[in-house]
Parts: sequence; structure tokens; C-alpha cells
Amino acid sequence: MRRAHELLAPAVLVGGAALLGLAVSSSTEIYFVDTLVKVAIVVALYLFIGNSGVLSFGHISFVAAGVWTAGVLSVPGDAKPAIMPNLAHFLRDTTVGNVPSLALAAAVGAVFALVAGLPLMRLSGLTAGIATFAVLEITHNVLRYYEKIGPGLNTFSSVPETTGLGQAAIGALLVVAVAFAYQRSRFGRMLAATREDPAAASAAGISIYRQRLLAFTLSGGLAGFAGGLYVHLLPLNTESLYLDLTFVTLAMLVVGGTTSLWGAVVGALAVSALDSFLAEAENGVDVLGAHLDLPAGTRLVVVGALMAFVLVVRPSGLTGGREFRLGRRRRPQAPSAASEAA
Amino acid sequence: MLAILNIDWQVLADATALGAVYALMAVGIGLVFGVLRLVNFAYGQLVMAGAYALALASEWGWSLWQGIVLCFAVVLALSLLMDRLVFRPLRTQPPAVMLVATFAVAFLLQSIALLWLGPLGKIAASVAQLNRPVTIGDVDIRKITIVAVVVAAGCLLALVLLLERTTVGLQMRAAAMDFRTARVLGVRANRVIGGAVLISGVLAAVVAIILTVQTPLVTPDFALRDTIVVLAGVVLGGLYRLVPATLGGFAIGFASGLLGGALPTEKSQYLDSFLFAAVILVLLVRPAGLFTRARGAVERL
Repeated sequence: MRRAHELLAPAVLVGGAALLGLAVSSSTEIYFVDTLVKVAIVVALYLFIGNSGVLSFGHISFVAAGVWTAGVLSVPGDAKPAIMPNLAHFLRDTTVGNVPSLALAAAVGAVFALVAGLPLMRLSGLTAGIATFAVLEITHNVLRYYEKIGPGLNTFSSVPETTGLGQAAIGALLVVAVAFAYQRSRFGRMLAATREDPAAASAAGISIYRQRLLAFTLSGGLAGFAGGLYVHLLPLNTESLYLDLTFVTLAMLVVGGTTSLWGAVVGALAVSALDSFLAEAENGVDVLGAHLDLPAGTRLVVVGALMAFVLVVRPSGLTGGREFRLGRRRRPQAPSAASEAA
Repeated sequence: MLAILNIDWQVLADATALGAVYALMAVGIGLVFGVLRLVNFAYGQLVMAGAYALALASEWGWSLWQGIVLCFAVVLALSLLMDRLVFRPLRTQPPAVMLVATFAVAFLLQSIALLWLGPLGKIAASVAQLNRPVTIGDVDIRKITIVAVVVAAGCLLALVLLLERTTVGLQMRAAAMDFRTARVLGVRANRVIGGAVLISGVLAAVVAIILTVQTPLVTPDFALRDTIVVLAGVVLGGLYRLVPATLGGFAIGFASGLLGGALPTEKSQYLDSFLFAAVILVLLVRPAGLFTRARGAVERL
């Protein structure tokens, strides 16, 4: 397969992070597992935002849908009344295993994205940003108070913690593979064409609305799947699936470079590494002989500043929004956008 | 009629005050949007910074007036800094990139507040005297309610005069209508944008004072909720014109004050969902906004 390195390079990075996670102590391992889940979320974001060029602040809604699906269905039956006293009967009586819960999380995420996308994919630019933000607000509001479908304000405790290093790595690789397969398919290429030149793409017979809707649904499914992974890792609640997560995942995508899979993976890993290091440093670490003890909250300041800085200095991200390339550049690089659309 | 809906004068007065404050925030957001095509997500954090200035001033034992001066100084300095460091370099980027950038700035300011001043918040004690009620008829109205309405009306009037009667105002309106043509005709971009940012900063400081009187506990997420609701209101009213944006801000503040006060909790907790569903609906059906007559500058695909 030509351009297989565009899949291999991100996959090697993800696999490398997982292997590194094996080598460290178990207290540090949790950062690696968390990072791999973040990779899955960011790549899901990338599949839509990167290929379509349309901004979405709403993807954490689909992650939340996945968290709720997998969480509600995998809390053991006898533990359900304690954290979810008002749960609807059929949800209370149904408990599924690890893999089915992940599959269902992906399905619910995709259906939710499809339903939300049916009206929203007609919008673009600023309007799309605000409308998807409205979706996030509605989801957050409903999940917070509607206790028939979940724990409401409670935290998802007693979900089986099946997302270890292995499951997170397989999950992240799966999401990367789907994103790669999509962007190399004719649908992915058509969507990238609409990003580069909407008028020309329309004139060539591409329905912008349909291509965007397809990508939105697929990316919602991946986001739901990532949410399933996430809830099997940590006890989550509505507040952990709101503005902070939206910000951090968007920051990862922007820092890496919005328009390439390579950028999404590099951004997620780089920001996660920095974030994890700072989180450790807030508890005090020794670096190169010097003792470093940062006040709590430093990591958010640094990540926020980094994102603003990258946006101002290099709006196309660390990777310049290009895919990984082997060796020398074979062709002289014309305006960068053209090569991606071709 | 009012009795049927379980609305008393108290609720009505509070709703009006909330509407007035939101109208001011809407103008602050709308003005900057007009000249920069930038939805300033970080506007709430300007208000938050002003509120912290008041709280710290009161902690240091400063008088109310010194606190207010500090509040204005902090908010204005921060606005200009934000414009210089982030908005100006990004001016040529698409609106979506600028939106993400303001999102980053908002997050940065909020986490600085969290890091520096802690999650528990500070109390602005010196402004609390404005919170005492006065009795008119048989209704207790907090002084700040009256102050808020009067100040908001005054600010809006001053702004209208500024926009209609001064050269800078004329240039600002021209820039909002067509930035490139305005520049060709000799309007200096940095001056107009600086002016808009400055005015929007003044409004943020005023809002900070009013909100701090209403809720003296200042936390890092102070005014975050309000900004999000005002953004919804501005979009509902019409982002591309200042008057509809202001009306939208007032309407959403008034409506949420009224419904929040009148509906029982099990219904009013879903208020946000209806609000944002309305935003989506308006974006789809009338992208130029509810309160606009002519077709606005609808974004082309």
C-alpha cells in the first residue's frame, strides 16, 4: 500500500507510548493509559475537524454519550441502585460485559452525532462553532439532571476498571486505523476537497452536507468508543466531561496540527506528556538533580499558555498540519494545502 | 395575569436587573465582534478579573472607590493586553481560529486565577452595602437592582452618543459594516479596534462591579455561566448588528430571571437546554438573528 507510512508513523508512536508505559512503575502507568485514551478522543475529533475544516466544540457530548452508555450498562446490577436510584427499569436490569459495552458506546455516540448532525451540518465557520457548543451545553444539562438514564450529579463509581494499558493501546490503535482508512477512502478525499475549496468541490458534484454528515457520524462513533474506554479507566461525572475536557482535547489537536492524523497523534502525546509531567511536578519531582515542586494548578496555566502561543506563532501546529513523510521531500512543495487535497 | 404565572414584582425587578447586566455584556461582546469578527469567549474572564480586583481591594482594606478604580485599571489593562498579544497577531486568521484562541485565553486566565488565588474564592465585602434592600410599596428591592438598571441605561445611552456623534464612533460603525472599505477610506484599523476593545473593557468593569455586589463571593469561574448565556442571547438577537445583539442579551437575561424565579426547580433546571436548543434553531432558521429586520451578513458556505 502506498503511503502506508502515514498509518505506520502514528501507530508506532502510539505503540511506543504503550511499551514505555509497560516499563514504568505502576503509579506512573496510569498517565500512559490516560494519554492513550486522550489520543483516541483527539483522533476522533480530528476525523471531523481535520478533514472537514469545520470547528466543533460539541464532540465531548459524544464522548459523554459513550461514557453514559458504557458506564450505565457495566455497573454491576447490585451496585446500580446506590449510585443511580432513579434509573429506568430496562437499564437497571441490563448489565453487559466489557467489549459489548464499548461497542454500544460507539453505536450510541454515532447515532447521537447523526441526529445532531442532521440539522447542524448545514452550518459552517463561526456558526458551526457556536451551534456545536450549544449541543455540548444541552448534553451537559440533560445528563446532569435526567436521572433515568444515568447517575445525574453522582460519579460513575464501581464501573469495572478494564481499561488498562492493553485495552487503551488497542483502542487507540483501532481509532487511528479507522481515521486513516477514512481519510484514504473516497469519502475522506471528497471531504478534504470541500475543505480546500468548497465551490470547486460542489461544482465537481460533491455534496458538502452529506460528506460532512458522514464524517460527523463516524467521528461521533469513535468519540463514543473513546468515552467507553475512559469510563472503564476512571470514575467520571458530568463535570469531567465538560469545558475542561473540551479545552484540553482541542488544545491537543491545535498544538499538533489540525489537518493531519500525524498532527492529532503528536499533539495528543506531546500535550499529555507535558500535562502528566506537570501533574507529577505539582507533587514534587527531581529533575536532573534539581528538586521541582510546582503549586497545584500550574499544568492548566501552562497548557493554556502553550495553546495560545502555538495559535499565535504557528497556527498550523507543530507538524504544520502535514502527514508524516519519509526521508527527503520528493517533490518541491507547492502551497501546502494543494498536496492534501489532491 | 402575573399572579397566575406565580410571578411577583420581586422576581420581575430581579429579572429586569439581570437583563440589564446581560445587555451590557452583550454590547461588550457585540462591539468587538463588529470590528474584529471575533466572538470573545474570554469576556467573562475579564469580568472575573475585575471582580477579583474588587475582592482583593476590600481584603487589603481599600475604600470602595479605590477598589472600583483598581477594577477598571485591571480590566482595561487586561483587555488591551489581550488585543495586543492575541487578537492582533491573529486578525487575518479565519473566525474559527480566533474563536479557539479566545477559548484558550479564557482558560488561561481562569487557571491563573485558580493557581494564584485558589479555588475557594474571595469575598468582596466593601461593595456589600449596595446590596441592602429599599422598600417601595410592599416590595423589597435591593439597591443594586435599581443601580444596575440605571447604570446599564446610562452606559447604553453614552455608547449611542459615542457611536452616533463622534468621529471614532462613525469610524467604528463603518469598520463594523465593511472593514476593508473603511480602511481604504482612511480609517486606522488599530485605532478603531483599540477603541472597541477599550469600550468593551469599560463595560466589563461595570458588569464586574454590579455582579460582585449581587454575588460577593468571587471564584475562578465567576461570570463564566453568565458569559455563556449572554453569548447565546447575542446569537439569538443577531450577532451582526449591535442593537439586536443588545436586545438579545437583555431578553435572555430577563427571560432566564423570570423563568428561573417562577418555575419550580424540577422544570427550571432544564432551562439551559431550552435556551441552547433555541440558539440552534435560530442559527438554522434565521442566522442573522431574531431581532433583525433585513437580511444580515449571513455567512456563506
